[in-house]
Amino acid sequence: MHPAPSVIFFTTFSGLGFGLLFFLGLGFPAVTGWMAFAFFAIAYAMAVGGLLASTFHLGRPERAIKAFTQWRSSWLSREAWCAVGALVLMGLYAAGLVFFQTRIAFLGVLGAVLSLATVFTTSMIYTQLKTIPRWHMTITPVKFLSLSLAGGALFAGQVSVALVLLVVAGLVQIFTWVEGDKALANSGTDMATATGLGTIGSVRAFEPPHTGTNYLLREFVHEIGRKHSQKLRAISLLLMVVVPFVLLVLPFSHILVLLAVVSHVAGVLTARWLFFAEAEHVVGIYYGKR
Amino acid sequence: MTTLPAQTEKKLGLVIDLDTCVGCHACVISCKGWNTENYGAPLSDQNAYGADNSGTFLNRVHSFEVQPDDGAAQLIHFPKSCLHCEDAPCVTVCPTGASYKRVEDGIVLVNESNCIGCGLCAWACPYGARELDQAEGVMKKCTLCVDRIYNENLPEEDRQPACVRTCPAGARHFGDLGDATSDVSKLVAERGGMDLMPEQGTKPVNQYLPPRPKDDMPEFDVLAPFLAPVAEEPKGFLSWLDKTLEKL
Amino acid sequence: MNQPVIDLSPKVSDEVRKTTCYMCACRCGINVHMKEGKVAYIEGNKDHPVNQGVLCAKGSAGIMQVNAPSRLRAPLKRVGPRGSGEFEEISWDEALQIATDWLEPVRRDNPEKLAFFTGRDQSQSFTSFWAQGFGTPNYAAHGGFCSVNMAAAGIYTMGGAFWEFGQPDWDHTKLFMLFGVAEDHDSNPIKMGIGKIKARGARVIGVNPIRTGYNAVADDWVGITPGTDGLFILAMVHCLMKAGKIDLHYLAQYTNAPVLVINNPGQADHGLLMRDEHGKELVVDRATGKLTRFDQPGVKPDLAATYEKDGRTHRPVFHQMAEMYLDDQYTPEAVAERCGIPAKRIRAIAAELARVAFEEAFELDQSWTDFRGEKHDKMIGRPVSFHSMRGISAHANGFQTCRALHMLQIILGTVEVPGGFRFKPPYPKPATAHPKPHVGVTPGAALNGPHLGFVQGPDDLALKDDGTPARIDKAFTWENPMSSHGLMHMVISNAYAGDPYKIDVLFMYMANMSWNSSMNTRGVIDMLTDKDDSGNYVIPKIIYSDAYSSEMVAYADLILPDTTYLERHDCISLLDRPICEADAAADAIRWPVIEPDRDVKGFQSALCDLGAKLNLPGFVNEDGSQKYADYGDYIVNHERRPGIGPLAGWRGGDGTSVGRGEVNPNQLEKYIENGGFFVEHIPAGSNYYKPWNAAYQDWAVGMGLYDKPMPYLFSLYVEPMRRFQLAAEGHGDRQPPDHLRARISEKMSPLPIWYSSEEENKAEEFPITALTQRPMAMYHSWGSQNAWLRQLHGHNPLYLPTRLMRENGLSDGDWARVTSPHGEITVPVLEMAALNENTIWTWNAIGKRKGAWALEENAPEATRGFLLNHLIHELLPPKGDGLRWANSDPITGQAAWFDLKVRIEKAAPATESQPGFAPIKSPVGHGPKDLTWKVGK
Repeated sequence: MHPAPSVIFFTTFSGLGFGLLFFLGLGFPAVTGWMAFAFFAIAYAMAVGGLLASTFHLGRPERAIKAFTQWRSSWLSREAWCAVGALVLMGLYAAGLVFFQTRIAFLGVLGAVLSLATVFTTSMIYTQLKTIPRWHMTITPVKFLSLSLAGGALFAGQVSVALVLLVVAGLVQIFTWVEGDKALANSGTDMATATGLGTIGSVRAFEPPHTGTNYLLREFVHEIGRKHSQKLRAISLLLMVVVPFVLLVLPFSHILVLLAVVSHVAGVLTARWLFFAEAEHVVGIYYGKR
Repeated sequence: MTTLPAQTEKKLGLVIDLDTCVGCHACVISCKGWNTENYGAPLSDQNAYGADNSGTFLNRVHSFEVQPDDGAAQLIHFPKSCLHCEDAPCVTVCPTGASYKRVEDGIVLVNESNCIGCGLCAWACPYGARELDQAEGVMKKCTLCVDRIYNENLPEEDRQPACVRTCPAGARHFGDLGDATSDVSKLVAERGGMDLMPEQGTKPVNQYLPPRPKDDMPEFDVLAPFLAPVAEEPKGFLSWLDKTLEKL
Repeated sequence: MNQPVIDLSPKVSDEVRKTTCYMCACRCGINVHMKEGKVAYIEGNKDHPVNQGVLCAKGSAGIMQVNAPSRLRAPLKRVGPRGSGEFEEISWDEALQIATDWLEPVRRDNPEKLAFFTGRDQSQSFTSFWAQGFGTPNYAAHGGFCSVNMAAAGIYTMGGAFWEFGQPDWDHTKLFMLFGVAEDHDSNPIKMGIGKIKARGARVIGVNPIRTGYNAVADDWVGITPGTDGLFILAMVHCLMKAGKIDLHYLAQYTNAPVLVINNPGQADHGLLMRDEHGKELVVDRATGKLTRFDQPGVKPDLAATYEKDGRTHRPVFHQMAEMYLDDQYTPEAVAERCGIPAKRIRAIAAELARVAFEEAFELDQSWTDFRGEKHDKMIGRPVSFHSMRGISAHANGFQTCRALHMLQIILGTVEVPGGFRFKPPYPKPATAHPKPHVGVTPGAALNGPHLGFVQGPDDLALKDDGTPARIDKAFTWENPMSSHGLMHMVISNAYAGDPYKIDVLFMYMANMSWNSSMNTRGVIDMLTDKDDSGNYVIPKIIYSDAYSSEMVAYADLILPDTTYLERHDCISLLDRPICEADAAADAIRWPVIEPDRDVKGFQSALCDLGAKLNLPGFVNEDGSQKYADYGDYIVNHERRPGIGPLAGWRGGDGTSVGRGEVNPNQLEKYIENGGFFVEHIPAGSNYYKPWNAAYQDWAVGMGLYDKPMPYLFSLYVEPMRRFQLAAEGHGDRQPPDHLRARISEKMSPLPIWYSSEEENKAEEFPITALTQRPMAMYHSWGSQNAWLRQLHGHNPLYLPTRLMRENGLSDGDWARVTSPHGEITVPVLEMAALNENTIWTWNAIGKRKGAWALEENAPEATRGFLLNHLIHELLPPKGDGLRWANSDPITGQAAWFDLKVRIEKAAPATESQPGFAPIKSPVGHGPKDLTWKVGK
């Protein structure tokens, strides 16, 4: 898949933003007034910023509102509802904290649930796609959720929780890679089933339909070398989990936490780039590419 | 609208004969021509006269080489457009309802005025049947020429998809695959029509007829009687000739 | 479900205008849908005899062609040096005046100093008429490098050829064998036919080193070694003759197999056919045992009997055939390795031909009467058919190979019979019924007859009194005596060398000589731009007509901009290359379905103007005024013979005459009403056995195809070739130069032979054959500037068989250097398994020069695309005898571009194909960046 900056930015920051909102909704950290404003501002900046970024991916962003109509069947539509629901509820909840120093607990809990639901629906947009075996795995939502929670905890300054969640997210991520590398082969979709010609012999893509490129190739085919991807995996894991973990176990310092956050975000962005770049859409088979 | 109809009244679709497709791209360009001028936005082209030229096409002809265990490699031309699946994953993922499957004939369409161009339907399609038009920002796909097949401004015999009407080798057939008595259904039954990527569970309506066995001319031993010499030497040949002419 | 309401019956167009496609040589009928006066959509015309509604990719992309940014906009006068592309736009008045000023003195003093050659144009009946009126002997179209071997071999052998001049009997054939055909003339009919017979379960055998297109759908693919088709065919002839699986009745009745050959060693008539005092071939009648005219009513020509006279035994042609082809040199085992086909497979295919021809023979319940007056109750069908084109003809042995294939057809009795191969009117028409070449030049007057034709012997060669070539292209000379289509590919090099003489004006139409229409592209560019000692161009003046900014435009001094095919009149005429079917005579027109939005003029209309300004006979009235206002006027009003004009339909004052009839001023309107074409069906019973079918012969006379019945025998033995051999043996007044005697003796065998040209092409050093094909979506289309089609084929990899990929350590996308005895190219490669293991190939004419065709200079056609032409020379490599022999068939002069031998090696990765050429300045700028095309709103 084409690692489009808009979707990488969107999934990374909306995941972190809603992760942070989750913790804020549950009252961690228990902040009010300006402090609360600051936390919510960061959370909204990330969540809303991410959502806005996603609209750059649209051919007709001015019609984005129509995406709310199909919640019965479409995960993207559900995501839209969850995101708006979470943002509205958390907005009211935040207003209580910031302006009235009052924590309306049920709003917070409900908002937290919707925040996580948003991340889950986002993950389901990818998970549901049978066409991309590397995404079409039960572990995909777990990965999105664990990362969102780890990042949220980190942003929320919940160090001990964050330490645990970072380790969990890291393990989930590793498992995803291991499983993901087998996914296409395990999917049962290959040149033989794609063409139905496997009964004659081994099938090889010859001339592509056009000598030039096309939307499908630009969108779905992104070939990266295995060496390159292994290197990036290591880097992302290091930045996303190892560095923040080490920084957090060091004696507490705001600078170190900030560095941990920055490192984590960089790590997640890298992992997310890989999430797209490594994903093989089965349509690539028709082009003899992946 | 993004939910699929429980069933459709007809299952209109194409049957594509891989045994006769010569790979001429007639269907590709005919489709481009009709659908540029008709249903929805034109199929645009970028860098039309320069480098990295590309454009929106609803039908493309691939080619594959197949190497049997024994014998010469074969080249198979392989046209591919929307298969109008019964379980069309492209429809259910659509967040706006722009994508839908028609109840009356099963044609999968995009209502362009509702399309936000998120591309998710193209992601969900295993066949690469949908292309986001770069000028219009909406998803384009084969309409099975819905604006031809019922078009009362066209003569009856022209009410078929442009690709079918134009195919010189007659490798494309159009009809109701839900009706077991239709010509296309019979063709599928006779020739062992197949689904593409059946494991994807999309239940494609369009069917592909596999190439007939190739390079299987009977061994010479079977045909040998046809070449039994009448004589070994030219002289013998002439006497055979004389005798045979006598019988004429 | 509340589905959107959509308009299921939108208006398709305001109006449909029916005309004839010209995206290639196929001439399909098209429906041009118009919206608001513009072309909105093009589809095939269902009523049309050629395509019956279908249309190929090119045809459907016509809308991009008529709107192409590469269209020339006005006449151009060169202002920079040749090749720079610097022009200024001028008016038509000025352009025609310049042309007149150049051509008038040429015509007055020495008409041969004009060389007028047309490329892909199909108005040769008209352009040759113009050239004849001008008086130059130097006229031809592009057949010489296209496929003259196929045309000439067919016409000399059986009075008709493949190309689009005949077709298999698709309704009855059960075995269809294709030799060397990719996409080709008659492309949609062939696709339709293949689809039709495959649906019926008939077998298709494809013989081609490359398994693409038709060969990809063939049930059996024979990946033959290029250039050995003739040998393969002769091996099958050997098998069939040896097994007696030949149609003896057919051979005896309809061919010259029973005709006696004069046995008179050392004398001037040795090897000629025995004839009576009226020139009729003689056979021995099996019933009487007597010498009898072949067309004597009731004669039963004897294939076996010999004839004794003056102590010598004269034997029939068939004896010679038996002697020749039963020889062991033609056993499958003897040829297998050379052809790259296992002997067993050769036998299997021959056996299958025999099985289908004789075991699956059938009868049509249709009586007919032959030319001898014998009545037949039934028509015997032999459901084996063949088709072939350039793959076997563009070799130095192409003429004989094409002849061999016709011989195979004929011994199986499959020509003009049900299930076999059939001619389309105006064929069958024997070589003797065609004109002979004319080169009688008179300053200020017309030529003494048509330029091109079919020589019958040395007397008909186009030689001057001093024995030097009369034509600039040296057609019809000892070097290539039977060059029926001329040799366009030699014009520029001969004119440049002043051999046989210098010319003053080179006038060309639709011929991209400075690019893909020449062998040795670089060399031709140099010849076009080279100056003599006094600083003048060696070829002094060049006039060129084209609709598009092709590579050739930059090399002309004066450009006459042509229209696109939807803006013009044309006739696809029975005088020329009509659109007939085996069951019908048919012709068609083009008419301006849109008006040009540029200052351009159909080339033929420009010739009407120019012809009048030059006072050419046929182009001025008695009072000296212009005779034809434009080409449309000519099409209606011109009469070639009384009552015979360019169009056969709706003749006569009232428009009711067919074939023959006086001029009908409303003829074009009638054609337009009828969808742009005219069809006259051949009556049942006349539509098979045409060369010998009395009813057909009478029908053809009625149609004006010829003036009296002319039944004839198929020439398995081509006597004119024997006449050239006799000259080479020293007989006759006209004698070949000594250095050509041996070659003429050897190559002009009156019975088909096979010979290799590997040695001349240095196959030892260059062991790989390099071929080209045109892709179906581009075949014969004029340029690749079409925005839709260029997405299909924007560049052309060099395809290598798996073996050569491995041996050279190559993977897809790597670059290779390809070297021939003449040149070198460096190009990207791609693996192809379904390919002869010693052959490489690419799509032809995809590569474009930077600056041409209104493409951006970084267009893939100009960066990655390439031509094999750079590797091919019009002459063979020197062989040390001090002479340079032409790289062409020694019989017809057909350019032997499929004899190209190369070697390859891996090259460093590159960004652009080599050789690179400097950009030329585009006289039309560049095209728009993006297209969102919609005519109706």
